[in-house]
Amino acid sequence: MTNKPKTLDTAAAGAGGQYLTFMLAGEEYGVDILRVQEIKGWDKVTRIPHTAKFVLGVINLRGAVVPILDLRCRFGLGNGDFGPTTVVIVVRAETKGGERTVGMVVDAVSEVYNVDMAASKPPPDVCANTDTVFVKALATVGGKMLILLDIDRLIDSSILDEAVSGTAAA
Amino acid sequence: MEIAKVFFQESREGLDAMESGLLGLSDASDGETINTIFRAAHSIKGGSATFGFAEVAGFTHGVETLLDEMRNRLRPVTAEAIQTLLQSCDCLREMIAATEAGEALDQSRVAPLNADITRILGEPARAADAPPRAATQFPPPGATAASPACGWRILFQPVSDLLRLRNEPTRMFAELARLGTITVSADFSRLPELDTMDPEACYLSWLIELRGEVSRAQLNEVFDWVDPGCLLEFTPFGDVQPEIPAAPAALVAAAPIPLPASDPAAIAPQKAAAAGAMHKSGAESSSVRVATEKLDSIINLVGELLITQSMLAAFADGLDPSKLETLRKGLSQLARNTRELQESVMQIRMLPISFAFNRFPRLVHDLSRKLGKSVEIKLSGENTELDKTVLEKISDPLVHLVRNSLDHGLETPEQRAASGKPSSGTIELAAFHEGGSIIIEVKDDGAGLNRPRILQKARERRLIGEDQELTDEQIDNLIFMPGFSTAERISDVSGRGVGMDVVRQNINDLGGHVQIFSRTGLGSTVRIRLPLTLAILDGQLVRVGKEIYIISLLAIVETVQVSRDRLSNVLGGSEVFRLRDEYLPIIKLAELFDIEPDSNDVEDGLLVVVEADNKRVCVLVDDLLAQQQVVIKSLESNFRPVLGVAGATILGDGAVALIIDVRDLVRAAELRQRSQRAIRAA
Repeated sequence: MTNKPKTLDTAAAGAGGQYLTFMLAGEEYGVDILRVQEIKGWDKVTRIPHTAKFVLGVINLRGAVVPILDLRCRFGLGNGDFGPTTVVIVVRAETKGGERTVGMVVDAVSEVYNVDMAASKPPPDVCANTDTVFVKALATVGGKMLILLDIDRLIDSSILDEAVSGTAAA
Repeated sequence: MEIAKVFFQESREGLDAMESGLLGLSDASDGETINTIFRAAHSIKGGSATFGFAEVAGFTHGVETLLDEMRNRLRPVTAEAIQTLLQSCDCLREMIAATEAGEALDQSRVAPLNADITRILGEPARAADAPPRAATQFPPPGATAASPACGWRILFQPVSDLLRLRNEPTRMFAELARLGTITVSADFSRLPELDTMDPEACYLSWLIELRGEVSRAQLNEVFDWVDPGCLLEFTPFGDVQPEIPAAPAALVAAAPIPLPASDPAAIAPQKAAAAGAMHKSGAESSSVRVATEKLDSIINLVGELLITQSMLAAFADGLDPSKLETLRKGLSQLARNTRELQESVMQIRMLPISFAFNRFPRLVHDLSRKLGKSVEIKLSGENTELDKTVLEKISDPLVHLVRNSLDHGLETPEQRAASGKPSSGTIELAAFHEGGSIIIEVKDDGAGLNRPRILQKARERRLIGEDQELTDEQIDNLIFMPGFSTAERISDVSGRGVGMDVVRQNINDLGGHVQIFSRTGLGSTVRIRLPLTLAILDGQLVRVGKEIYIISLLAIVETVQVSRDRLSNVLGGSEVFRLRDEYLPIIKLAELFDIEPDSNDVEDGLLVVVEADNKRVCVLVDDLLAQQQVVIKSLESNFRPVLGVAGATILGDGAVALIIDVRDLVRAAELRQRSQRAIRAA
């Protein structure tokens, strides 16, 4: 039922790969394009009780029940209004509990870039906090800085860590 | 040997689980993984012992002991140990394949591994009573030639139904041959005429001379699974050149290990087995074996079809009926067809529970003899049908439960006589429908749970605090805690502390529920409640504010409109509702799920009375909507479990609706009452 994108030859080199970038509160973030299943418009969700604020709810994605995360809220970037460019990027992540399909709400989809991993840098230590563990690297493409996300870690911590999502409080 | 086939398959699955667990294991802090591996090994050992595959059981025993020590943190998890265990998995796989094919085991693989395990265990004392496959007990061929001229003379006169009990004498001889050199003479004197002979009976007896340094314990191990009714005599001899005993007149001398082919008593059962196989192939032609995944994908598609159908129906409802009469007719026909198609597809997965029950008469027979107890087993409701997945996962827990009843529950004939009960105990296995669930009961008329003993053990193991006071029911439930076992010694039968916690976990995984009822001196009953199927549910749609939830119709007792005079506020502020002569706590769904309802006033809404675990609570909702069958989708597959939510489904309009976990609601109400009681008491 899921349309798995075919492995791209460009990514096979391992040294780099294609990244889909999106905008979030003025910054440009990138996710490995091989992890992106689809991009869809924002639609109504069904709320789930006892979950953290950034878990907006679940949607029906062709018969599968898929949770939707608000990335702005997840990264503590304030509440943006959902506008006409707001989209949901559906990604597949490897978590401790197996493969998960999860949607992430972002401000807008931007570009697809070829990123040379050799030319990118790890995130600087000075800004190390809980959120930067999701940052895989900082890359520079055409004079712009991209924040490359570690989708597996991000999704794993967002949906499985009960302390984060506040089930314990219930 | 349909049941043995099941064992082989389960063992392979168990080995796969062990292997993947071992591969993911890095240190002893990963207790759950070690537990999983250990349980798999435990099941293989138990199963192989039950079926008389002593070599597999013996080998697994070593593996299990090692894992048990790791589990209890008596032994570090080293890379070397993991390697050895992985090799043991491979070796076990080969042993099982060989056993299944009826071939001889490859000792060159088993022996060194056994030696490795024994070395890791590092207990020289164990070597003496370890299974006779440890390396030290295999004299090389040269050594055998110059073997010490001492040994045993063994007279083995089996009961006539030896073969029917699936004991294989040649296998025992082969085992003995591994301990030393043997000479076997068969006594044919009891053989009747061919036309009066019962092909499945054993008329032979044997005199075996075994040379080699063999301990009595090793001999006992070989004959461990032999029926106690058999005559077995062990006579040691120590002279340098033991004379061949003066053969009794009727004793025909000296074929080495009697080959089945030259043994008339053995040929017959083989023929019978062949006939059985032919019979079976005849039966198989009327059914088709289909991979479960294929079946599951059909079931998923049918579920999708059902959703599409209700989507279309919802759409047609909004259209002008006069013009669309034909469409509506077509849709209602589609609805009926879809429903029927779905029901028949679901039927494919249903199997009678006899698949799980059939192995028990044999198991009880063997175990009761081994334990010196007299036990009768009664089965009822074998034709009750269960989902295949449920059936597969329930077999192991049932084995554990029956073993526990036999080992711990039922008393010895003497004890029973002393307490005025019939000397023979009874174990009853029953399956039946109750509401939309299947109930399976394992009932014995034994001594019941020994509560003081359980309490003492739980305190020793620090499962509960020293001065914690528990009700009888709470004490009974302690046996479901991980690591709990009251058995004094580690036996083949039970008593390593796996078992009841696995039972509970497996049943919970299936969405079921297990309870134990015990009456001291009268016996105990374990009651398992399982859902009929894991895929579909008859649901009542309810509305709270803008949200729609689904409550299983099976859990709903009734729905009532509330009048103020039937409500009362208990101290502490929580409202209770008087339904006839019962006071029921009210759970406000809006409050529990933190959503905005139409009204917070109980009088404006409806109370849905639900029941779980024999307890009732009222759930306040704004409105009742339609009733419909819904396809259960797991929330965990892409998310995680959520308190109060059993799953999700997709409604006719394509939206997701959550299915309420009624049991969680009942628990939430209990928690609230308890905390209020605590506040009042303070």
